[in-house]
Amino acid sequence: MSTTEARVAEIVAEHAGQEGPLIPILHDVQHALGCVDAEAEAVIANALNISRADVHGVVSFYHDFKPKADPRPEVQICRAESCKSRGVEDLMSAAKAAAGERVKLTTVYCLGLCSAGPNARVGDRLHARLDSAALTELIENAR
Amino acid sequence: MIVRISDDALARALGADALTDAFARKGHEVHRTSSWGMHWLEPLVEIDGMGFGPATLSDVDAILDGTSPKAIGEIVEHPFIARQQRLTFARAGRTRPTSLEDYEQTGGWAGLRRARQIGSEQIIAEVLESGLRGRGGAGFPAGIKWKTVAGAQADQKYIVCNADEGDSGTFADRMVMEGDPYQLIEGMAIAGEAVGATQGYIYCRSEYPDAIRKLREALSLCAGIIAPFRCEVREGAGAYVCGEETSLLNSLEGKRGEVRAKPPLPALQGLFGRPTVVNNVLTLTAIPHILEEGGAAIYANLGMGRSKGTMPIQLAGNIKHGGLFEIAFGITLRELIHDIGGGTESGRPVKAVQVGGPLGAYIHPDQFDVKFDYEEYTAIDALIGHAGITVFDDTADMGGMARFAMEFCAAESCGKCTPCRIGSTRGVELIDRIRAGGRKADAVEVLPVMHNASKAGRAPEQDVALLTDLCETMKFGSLCALGGFTPYPVMSALKHWPEDFFSREGEKAEKVLDRSGA
Repeated sequence: MSTTEARVAEIVAEHAGQEGPLIPILHDVQHALGCVDAEAEAVIANALNISRADVHGVVSFYHDFKPKADPRPEVQICRAESCKSRGVEDLMSAAKAAAGERVKLTTVYCLGLCSAGPNARVGDRLHARLDSAALTELIENAR
Repeated sequence: MIVRISDDALARALGADALTDAFARKGHEVHRTSSWGMHWLEPLVEIDGMGFGPATLSDVDAILDGTSPKAIGEIVEHPFIARQQRLTFARAGRTRPTSLEDYEQTGGWAGLRRARQIGSEQIIAEVLESGLRGRGGAGFPAGIKWKTVAGAQADQKYIVCNADEGDSGTFADRMVMEGDPYQLIEGMAIAGEAVGATQGYIYCRSEYPDAIRKLREALSLCAGIIAPFRCEVREGAGAYVCGEETSLLNSLEGKRGEVRAKPPLPALQGLFGRPTVVNNVLTLTAIPHILEEGGAAIYANLGMGRSKGTMPIQLAGNIKHGGLFEIAFGITLRELIHDIGGGTESGRPVKAVQVGGPLGAYIHPDQFDVKFDYEEYTAIDALIGHAGITVFDDTADMGGMARFAMEFCAAESCGKCTPCRIGSTRGVELIDRIRAGGRKADAVEVLPVMHNASKAGRAPEQDVALLTDLCETMKFGSLCALGGFTPYPVMSALKHWPEDFFSREGEKAEKVLDRSGA
């Protein structure tokens, strides 16, 4: 048994007895391995007695689950209406330049700080009222 | 000295944690409370009822010796707070979110205690009497939904709280979950009492890590109080459509978050096929107040027409005084944006406001006298939704915002029904074509055998007609509000700001899309 298989089997076991355990399991796997790949899908399908297609269908439906791990630090930038009205689009070219290949920039639709945008999230930390300098600094310091 | 600083995610995102450390290092006791909802003043520091904000680390000394220019006077006297009628947010700014002691001292659990005495039928009668309508957007009377679930026979029923607040411009659910989690839990326990459900789920979006953490903490601390009712937090996974109730139920069951056709109603066949109450955070949070002695009558006396009680309105986007403003229904947009909100933060004129999130209509300043009421908004082809108001100044490109509405729908569509899945993508293409000034005839259209094809390409006016038709199809043919309401922002932008769609004459010639080589 590979280490991935062992770790996933462990996570599945932690959720035994829970109603509708698939999404919580996938969150834990994503958190532990940085992705939910085909190998993990197979272990989960086997343990929950559902088809691999069912598991893959769920994994591919949700934005939070990634098929492949990306070791780069991630900075999520909100580009929904409220942040647009506060000028997030004007920051994007500088943000992309600051990120380069080192940092992964992703778009999220709303972090719920809509009166104080533009907003970004790194890990579980949120950042609000960003201007170009603050966002660039945030991206450069992302680990 | 006791210093009070909010631990709401917004205050934390603006440096409240560092500020807390700074005051603590100076030997003061810092209490982390919920947020008053005056977001332009966050992080707001409160000492003996007096407020200072927005505070930075360099303000600490001046705040302590009373010379800070950031002083705003007594917080409860501030016009933004004094004008409100706070029921759902009565504790905002006043209590520590997960402190059971603070919750009990401010009347917590009184609604649940009374609900247990009066029993199911009377609870539902009082919720009906209050006139409370679902705060998620649809405005369906909460009491009727509960009555349906209470009347259904099953071995297990569920209370599901929809906390998948994905709409841009809304943050009231987040503020409740982070600032007053016990009130939501109490509302769910009362709902359980009313319909005979013992298991609850709070489906919270993964973009709200603070809310999830606080709810879990609160639930573990109050498990004994709400027993035999049990409740668990489930984390969403980044799908906007899971804010739709049937898609949320599928997600809770561990499936793709695809929308279900109705009927069967979730009230009869909901989670795992069992009778289920699905209510928004704000609906359930209004319940403890309604269930207090005489609460239903107080609630029913507020508001206008069939919109009873108060609404926590969220002022967002390009607005000077953004934040949470709870008031009875009936207030006009003009008052909200200009008197209370202070106009745009950029100081430029207001061009448009979007009410109700990404699926809400863009409202023109000429319509700002519309009163906050479900029916009044329907009459002008708009919706209240979750009562988020996003303000745009005159630099906004409304054609671009219409395109974004379609693009967002395409990105977030669950794919179950065709008008939403395909229509949104076609909508993006159509808006691009209109904005480019139409297109020339393509390689196939110019072939001699294509007798019926126009050789002149397509004019923007023709595409506007097609876009209107597409929007009609999406509105009436989609299974849920995602595809069904995306036409609201698109059509309202087209109606009020057509100049943002049609390029100016000079640019037209060069921008025409040429597909003849394709």
